[in-house]
Amino acid sequence: MSASVLYDAPGPRGKALNLVYSAVALAALAWVAWIVYSKFDSTGQWEADKWTPFLESQTWENFLIPGLIGTLSAFAVGAVLAVAFGFVFAVGRLSQSRFISVPSAVVVEFFRAIPMLLLMMFIYFMQQPLGLDTSVFWAVVLGLMLYNGSVLAEVIRAGVNALPKGQSEAGVAIGLSPGQVMRTILLPQAVRAMLPAIIAQLVVLLKDTALGYILAYSELLNQINKLDGNFDNLIPAALVVALIYIALNTILGLVANFVEARTRRVGHTAGPVGHAEDPNVQTATAAGMPGGNA
Amino acid sequence: MKFKKIAAAVGALALAGSLAACGGGDDTGSDAGGDKIKIGIKFDQPGLGFKEADGSYSGFDVDMATYIAEGLGYEEDQIEFVEAVSANRETFLKDGTVDMILATYSITDERKAEVDFAGPYYVAGQDILVAADNTDITGPKTLDGKKLCSVTGSTPAENIKENYSKGVQLQEFDTYSKCITAIEGGQLDAMTTDDIILAGYAQQDPGKFKIVGAPFSEENYGVGLPKGSEDRDKINDLIEQSFEDGAWEKAFNDNLGESGYELPEPPTVDRY
Amino acid sequence: MDLISESGSAILTSFGLTLRLAFFSGIFSLLLGVVLATFRVSPVPVLRWVGAAVVYTLRNTPLTLVMFFTLFGLSYQLGVSFDKELLYRNNFWLAVLALSVYTSTFVCEVLRSGINTVPLGQAEAARAIGLTFTQNLRLIVLPQALRSVINPLASVLIAMTKNTTVAVTIGVTTATFVNEASGQMKALMERNSDQILLIFIIFAAGFMILTLPIGFIAGWASKRFAVIR
Repeated sequence: MSASVLYDAPGPRGKALNLVYSAVALAALAWVAWIVYSKFDSTGQWEADKWTPFLESQTWENFLIPGLIGTLSAFAVGAVLAVAFGFVFAVGRLSQSRFISVPSAVVVEFFRAIPMLLLMMFIYFMQQPLGLDTSVFWAVVLGLMLYNGSVLAEVIRAGVNALPKGQSEAGVAIGLSPGQVMRTILLPQAVRAMLPAIIAQLVVLLKDTALGYILAYSELLNQINKLDGNFDNLIPAALVVALIYIALNTILGLVANFVEARTRRVGHTAGPVGHAEDPNVQTATAAGMPGGNA
Repeated sequence: MKFKKIAAAVGALALAGSLAACGGGDDTGSDAGGDKIKIGIKFDQPGLGFKEADGSYSGFDVDMATYIAEGLGYEEDQIEFVEAVSANRETFLKDGTVDMILATYSITDERKAEVDFAGPYYVAGQDILVAADNTDITGPKTLDGKKLCSVTGSTPAENIKENYSKGVQLQEFDTYSKCITAIEGGQLDAMTTDDIILAGYAQQDPGKFKIVGAPFSEENYGVGLPKGSEDRDKINDLIEQSFEDGAWEKAFNDNLGESGYELPEPPTVDRY
Repeated sequence: MDLISESGSAILTSFGLTLRLAFFSGIFSLLLGVVLATFRVSPVPVLRWVGAAVVYTLRNTPLTLVMFFTLFGLSYQLGVSFDKELLYRNNFWLAVLALSVYTSTFVCEVLRSGINTVPLGQAEAARAIGLTFTQNLRLIVLPQALRSVINPLASVLIAMTKNTTVAVTIGVTTATFVNEASGQMKALMERNSDQILLIFIIFAAGFMILTLPIGFIAGWASKRFAVIR
């Protein structure tokens, strides 16, 4: 533990005081834990038959694994589409032609301003009037794509803008077209610099698949209902699903940390690495309330 | 045999993965004649159409569906049950996802324009379920100030609020099961939907709940079929046969017999 | 415009509810966020751990699930109730609680990054003149940190305003049982399947009206209160 700049290294009196505070905090924690435990106990939440289903392979085969597949498939398809959407609209917004950059900006700003749940509901209800079969999967995935893709577009754009001007000037000087400059010089560097922020946004996307629950898409949270229907164990099922989510996000967070450490070490970019310096990017990711990335 | 369980779970994952990979494909495993009947049922309605944890199916609708399918000449292993949630019942019949539907499917004129119905095989009515020791809720007009639970997007609760008890407090959940949890815990007072659906929940915990028993609407549950189905007359015959040979009563008693809810008279089949 | 004459007042009522959800959740999440941030930088190790654990758990749990636990766990199992008689009041405050607690972890992290922008010398000078940890934080560090994170904080509040739509999980309504925006939009779309685009545009515009001022005010305030160094 490195000493914080906010307080002096505690002396004997400070150490004693810290011990007292720690003891009080621990006592408060224990008290809360005991209340939760005993209340859950009195309503029978610890009864074995609410928990033993999770030891049965059937429960995993019939409920949790299908739910996990639902969550992960929406995540995978949504992530791929969102990244693609992000690239297209980042490049569009950086275009020198106003006919491209202005509409791109409008699209990106619009989808960032609308609650994702409303987007998903809109797509869900819009399918039938358009003559399509109503698919809740695509409502969820397209909602994920439009919002997270718009956030990613801003992340990528900020990455390109953070590169030194000399990079694109040098490209133009050796006779590359604007498209070639973007493709071969700016984007590769911007993506490398922004990779941690991009992965952080994917953690957000993973969490947002849970909105599919509200549309009755068969993902992890919906399995809580099914488990509850079978075993009458709403709270235990919700706790197990919460643990699965935390584990999934932890894995993604570790990937993000690993990538961040790598980009820092390799450092093949001309621009500043990482995103904390750029207020735009900070704003973009904060808007999505990223989770997971430590 | 922990290893076996894990292996089974991994196997299920791999199977699901390969299914997703080949984009549906045909039914894995063997179906000699290839002649299966696909029946849409509810998977989450205890006592009516329910998928058990071990993958088997139970309920009144399931037993009636099996009876009808067998009457049409299918063996039990030729029946494939498909989950039909309320919103996609018409779609499933139109696009051939299922051959017929028994899923608390009310016969209405709007639906008749899109699909055909055999039956009705049961007449349900909107009713109220309360905790067994509740004495002050006796019907839809006694709900003023009470906390009434219903399922999102369902009209029964609005019906009560508009026509019977204006002062009722509404709580909407996405499953009836949550309503039951809340009534059991005393946070909510009552829930409302078709009486036979309520009976399915009362059956799960005999003695904990009761159904008020004053139905105030009429829902004719029919067998949904694709428009112009040739099996309709045959199915109508089978439904009438089930009333006479005791199969209908048995299906009810096996699934809902302990709910404290009485079996009504069988309905008259409507050969429109 | 039949839709407006029939449902116009219900739409306004539902946005009023959304606004109230956002208003109270905003205030409580800022307060809770400051408390959590204080925990995370405090000299007491146990408090630091508690702060870190709370932030980590909540940031990795979907808000939908947090709402779920607030109603079925906190209220139904642990008996936390804001109003025993009136359902809508209890549900409203439970939703505010869930949103505040969830959002406070994001406020906490923004504040922590703000604390990092305060030059080391400031905190050291404060210690040199004998200020304690709480005095240091309250008088020197937090005022500067807050002023430097106005924009990211506004982003968190905008996201929180949009997140009020998830309150549909709990079933938040007014006294007359009008849903908040997402529940109301869903109900309208179910009833008017021929006007889905129009309904969406109305609700999208509503959210822009709610969130744009937050951005403008933040933009103005971050200039007005900028820390000049």
